[in-house]
Amino acid sequence: MTALRHTVFLTIRQVRNFLRQPWYVVLSLAQPIIYLLLFGALFKKVVEIPGFTTNSYITFLTPGIVVMSAMFAGGWSGMGVIDDLNRGVMDRLLVAPTSRGAIMLGRVTPQVLTILIQTAIIVGLALLVGGRFAGGPAGAAVLIVVSALLSIGVASLSNGVALLLRKEESVIAAVNLMLLPLLFLSSAFLQQNLAPQWIQDFARYNPANWAITAGRTALMNGASSSGVMSNTLYLVVFAVVCTWLATRAFRSYQRSV
Amino acid sequence: MSENAIRAQELVKTFPKGVRALDGVSFEVAAGSVFGLVGPNGAGKSTTVKILTTLSRPDSGAAEVAGIDALRHPDKVRRAIGCVAQKSGVDVQATGRENLLLQGRLYGMGGGELERRVDTMLERFGLADAARRVTRTYSGGMQRKLDVAIGLIHSPRVLFLDEPTTGLDPEARADMWTEIERLAGEEGLTILLTTHYLEEADRLAARVAIVDRGRIVAQGTPDALKSELHGDAVHLELDAAETNGRVTAALAHIGDVRDVTVEDGRLLHARADNGARAVPVMLQALEAQGVPVVSVTVARPSLDDVYLKYTGRRFEEADRAEVTR
Repeated sequence: MTALRHTVFLTIRQVRNFLRQPWYVVLSLAQPIIYLLLFGALFKKVVEIPGFTTNSYITFLTPGIVVMSAMFAGGWSGMGVIDDLNRGVMDRLLVAPTSRGAIMLGRVTPQVLTILIQTAIIVGLALLVGGRFAGGPAGAAVLIVVSALLSIGVASLSNGVALLLRKEESVIAAVNLMLLPLLFLSSAFLQQNLAPQWIQDFARYNPANWAITAGRTALMNGASSSGVMSNTLYLVVFAVVCTWLATRAFRSYQRSV
Repeated sequence: MSENAIRAQELVKTFPKGVRALDGVSFEVAAGSVFGLVGPNGAGKSTTVKILTTLSRPDSGAAEVAGIDALRHPDKVRRAIGCVAQKSGVDVQATGRENLLLQGRLYGMGGGELERRVDTMLERFGLADAARRVTRTYSGGMQRKLDVAIGLIHSPRVLFLDEPTTGLDPEARADMWTEIERLAGEEGLTILLTTHYLEEADRLAARVAIVDRGRIVAQGTPDALKSELHGDAVHLELDAAETNGRVTAALAHIGDVRDVTVEDGRLLHARADNGARAVPVMLQALEAQGVPVVSVTVARPSLDDVYLKYTGRRFEEADRAEVTR
C-alpha cells in the first residue's frame, strides 16, 4: 500500500525535524501546562455558579485544555506546508510519485503523537493539582482519540488554506479567525447549559465542542457514557471530509504553478 | 520507447492574471542527448519544465516524456524522470543522507540496494564527508549538488535540470558543468537543461532552443545557429559620441563589412566574414573621417548574437528587463 508507506516515511521526516528543534519541543509541550494552570486559577470560582455540576474546576477544564491544544496544533500545520512550498520541498514531492494523500497525512500523524504526549502531561499534572477522573485510562484514551480526530480535520483545512493562499500571514489570520471563536463557542471553559442559548445552538454544530463533549464525558463518567459514541462519529466524518478537501487543494495548486 | 525522449507540442499556458507564459512551444529531444532551453528570466523555460515534469498542466498542447503521455499518465512519467527544479528542493532540516534516503523510498527503493545507491551518489557528488550534516549548513554549491543527486537517486531515463547553476559562484558553476558533462556521457540518459547563461548551453548542449516571451524563436545545434549569422562580430568603442551618419557613411563601402549599428553613439557593432582582416580597413576609414577609436574587439559569433538576431534585443537587456519588471 503505497499511500500508507509514504505516510510512514513522511511522518518520520516530520518527527525527526521536530525533534531537531529542542526549544520548540519544550515550548509546545509546556504551553498547555501554562494554560491549564492559568485558566484553572482564573476561573476557579466558576464551580460555585448555581447549576454547575462538577465540584473541581481543574477536573472540568482538563479535557478542554487537551482539545484546545490539539486543535491549535492542527491549525498551525499549514505553516509547515508553506515552509515546504517556499523551500521547494513540496514541488519535489509532487514531481516524485509521492501519494498525495500521504503528503497530507504525513503532516497530520506526527501531531497525533504530540497529542498523545501532551495529553499524558496535562492529565498527569491535573491529577497532581487535585483533578479526579472517574473515566480512568479508557476515558483518557477516548479523549486522545477525539482530540486527534479534531486535530486531523483542522490540520487538513489549514494545509489546504496554505496550498491555496501560500502566505504565512493568511494561515495565521485564518487560524485566529476560525479557531478562537470555535473554542469560545464550546464548553471548553464553561458548562454548556450556563452559556446563552445561541451559543448552545451553535455548539451543536461545532467540531471543537463535539471533541470536548465526548472527551470530557468519557474522562469524567467513563468511555461508554451516552454522547461519547455519537460525537466521536461526527468527528470521524469531519476528519475524513477535511482530509479529502485538502488533498483536492493539490489540484488547484498544480493548476496555478 | 520512441526515438525522442521528450516531445513538446504547441504548449500554451496562461496564468490566472492573464499572463501568457507559453505561447505555443514545440520541440523534440532525441534520446540520450543534452538539450538546452535558453532564454532570459521569464521567457517560459521553467513553465515548460513544470509541464513536462507533471507539476503543472498546460491550457492546450501535448507533452510526451520517455514515450509516455505526460498529461494522461503523469504517474508513469514521474517514475521515469528525475527533476532538479530551479528552486532547490533540499529539506534543510534533514541531513544529506536523509534527503537521499527519503527520495529513494518514495520511488519504492529500500534496503541494502538503496543504502548502496545513496553511498554511491554521496561519493560521486563529493558529499560523503558532509553526508551526516544537516543540509542547512551546506554551501549553495553543495545544496545544488545534493539536488542533482536527489534527482538521480532512482536512475531516471530523463533528467530535467532547471537552471542548475543560477546563483552559484564561478567555482561551483565550473564544478557543476563538469558534473553535467559526465552525466551527458552516461548511457541513454537524456538531459533537458534550461539556463539563462548562453555560454552554458553552448558548452553543454548538443542542441539548443532559444525561448523568448513564451515562444521558441530559433533552434538547432549551437554551431548551426551561429553559422547562420555569417561571420565575426566586430565591436569598436569610439572616443566621443558620434553622429550615426558620419560613421556608417565611412564604413559603407568597405568590402564585406555589414550590419553596422551604433549603440549610445559610442559603441559600434558590425559583422564581417573575416573580422581580423576587416579591422585595419575599418580603422583606416574611421581615421580618415576623424573618428578616433578607443578599443577594438573581434569575436567569433556567440549565442548572444543569435539571440540578438532573432529577438532584436541583446540578451542581457532582456534578462535585466525581466528581473526589474
